[in-house]
Amino acid sequence: MTAEQILFLVAGVLLLVSAVCVVTTRNLLHAALWLVAALFGVAVLFALLRANFLVVVQIVVYIGAIAILFIFAVMLTRRELRDTGRQTRKSWWLVALIVVFISVGLVLVAFGIPDAGRLPAEMPQDLDTVSRLGESLVTGQEYLLPFEVASVLLLAALVGAVYAASTSSKKD
Amino acid sequence: MSIPLLWFLILAALLFSIGLFGVLTRRNAVAILLGIELMLNAVNINLVAFWRYSNPAQMAGQAFAVIVFAVAAAEVAVGLALIISVYRRRKTVVADEIDLMRW
Amino acid sequence: MMFWNDPIHFIETWFVDLFTTWGLSLQLATILVYAIGIIVLVVFAMVLDIFLVWVERKVVARFQDRLGPNRIGPFGLIQPFADIIKMVIKEDITPVGADKVLFNIAPVLAAMSVIILWAILPLASTIYGVDLNVAVLYLIAAGSLGTLAIIIAGWSSNNKYALLGAFRMVANMVSYEIPMVIILLIPTILADTMSVRGITDAQSGMWFFFLSPLAFLIFLVSAIAELGRSPFDLNEAESEIVAGFHIEYTGMKFGWFYAGELLHAFTFGGFMAILFFGGYGGFFGLEELPAFQWLTIPFIQAAVFITKAMLGYWVIMWVKYSMPRIRIDHMLAFNWKFLVPLSLVVLVNTAFVNRILAGASDWVYVLIMFGSNLVIAVVVVEILRAVGRRDRKAVATGIPAGNPE
Repeated sequence: MTAEQILFLVAGVLLLVSAVCVVTTRNLLHAALWLVAALFGVAVLFALLRANFLVVVQIVVYIGAIAILFIFAVMLTRRELRDTGRQTRKSWWLVALIVVFISVGLVLVAFGIPDAGRLPAEMPQDLDTVSRLGESLVTGQEYLLPFEVASVLLLAALVGAVYAASTSSKKD
Repeated sequence: MSIPLLWFLILAALLFSIGLFGVLTRRNAVAILLGIELMLNAVNINLVAFWRYSNPAQMAGQAFAVIVFAVAAAEVAVGLALIISVYRRRKTVVADEIDLMRW
Repeated sequence: MMFWNDPIHFIETWFVDLFTTWGLSLQLATILVYAIGIIVLVVFAMVLDIFLVWVERKVVARFQDRLGPNRIGPFGLIQPFADIIKMVIKEDITPVGADKVLFNIAPVLAAMSVIILWAILPLASTIYGVDLNVAVLYLIAAGSLGTLAIIIAGWSSNNKYALLGAFRMVANMVSYEIPMVIILLIPTILADTMSVRGITDAQSGMWFFFLSPLAFLIFLVSAIAELGRSPFDLNEAESEIVAGFHIEYTGMKFGWFYAGELLHAFTFGGFMAILFFGGYGGFFGLEELPAFQWLTIPFIQAAVFITKAMLGYWVIMWVKYSMPRIRIDHMLAFNWKFLVPLSLVVLVNTAFVNRILAGASDWVYVLIMFGSNLVIAVVVVEILRAVGRRDRKAVATGIPAGNPE
């Protein structure tokens, strides 16, 4: 049991326990905060995979922006401070059964990938992932087009979100 | 690095299933979006794991993961804006009760 | 000699040898040594924090034309310890209806978001925690964790004023992250790397402050807003919403918020020193001369860094105790209508000049960079004067001049 494996197991357990708490807690604000813990676990996994840039972007974008958005949305969409009524559907046991089947299927697919138990090759020493990622996002032959399309998507989302959430004075 | 690729894939599969459970079970619209975030994170773990275990010099996996970040952020922003707008109108965010196109 | 040149590695190998001769495996010994290193770093940061309490109180006293603490110990140096004892023996109240777990976690998270910054702060060329190649973004990530701590504190206090203060503070911090990220790209462009050691080493010839003074000024303003200190301290405006998001916190929990804020200010002073004033180096090439070889000794470099960080902290305190508070809508308008466009313009200008003059001589580069910043500053001042003239004329003739900005 190397240190990396122990770290992976700890991060994995944290991630799965937080995810289960996200989907089962009654208190919606607690669910949003469990999501923060789950996102942190994902960041630890990215660090194990040596994707440095994605670790910090995960924390800045997901925890620093998306989770805060969720917390604000939870606070702004309730008439009273407590969560009332049922939080889960009555047929949750059926969904749980279906989800167990789906997860078993996905795990079997994972086993079926050729050479699934392989260990990774060493990272080439002179590879600076950050600068290489930056270059690949602006090189025409590589991923410039998806990058620009993502910027247009973000612009559309920005305009749409501001419009959808604004209170216009001349409502019908 | 001593972790087999299989471990990452199984973890991502379980996370995806838990997110799916959340989406299909919860009644509150914001809670459904929380489940969607879990699913998107599972996808990201898969992408980055394959990037690392196949060919780290080729940035396809990480670039894809960056685009997924952007898409997730955009989707959450628009989704929550819509939910807040619906809440102002209907005073409820329980997904079952938002079932009329007008009124 | 090895200890003088490379203290951390020397101590690390000594400890690992010690542990392996005691019979532990190499892996366990390394992990144990890392744990000891983390504890030592955190202890150093917190002890520095105690000293900063004394510095803060003396400096605010001098700005307000009085003496400050001078009873306990020489020059009042024991005063922080008296403060700590006072905070520890105060009653620890959890308000009725508060979310107990969240209420207790929030101060810890707030302090944690500052201490994790010390992992990447290089005190000398060989004294640092870890040399991340995305250290500049790590600064923003730690700021996001601080934002989370504040909103948890505001919500779990079960108090309207706390929630209001937390909302304002989070709006403030999230908004001012944007100019900060844009400006943090400028040392990245100038140094070709995101690692703070790389940025410091790239300033050995010329400080980035001289290459881009506007970037430093915008970074200063965004840093003060991120810290939540005056003049951006609507969240804890004592005269308005009674201490904002930490109303309900007493005793040592408030102590964590207070200590975290002071340490955060000092850490930002350190980052200003690293990003714009040469950090532990930046001697304009002086250390190449044989007479000045002692400038490369790590302990001298650490002393230089701490001095520069203290100067940065002093500038932050100076701004705090000289300026009145800014209203929340003015704060946000200032950010979105002024700082963000200006920082984008400065970034585009820096990137452009950096590319065009890629092969030019050093002096031409420095002069044109500085000159372009000066040109931008003059243009901006002219625009502001025109806008001010228009607003004054509107007020004088009674015609509304659009949004109050």
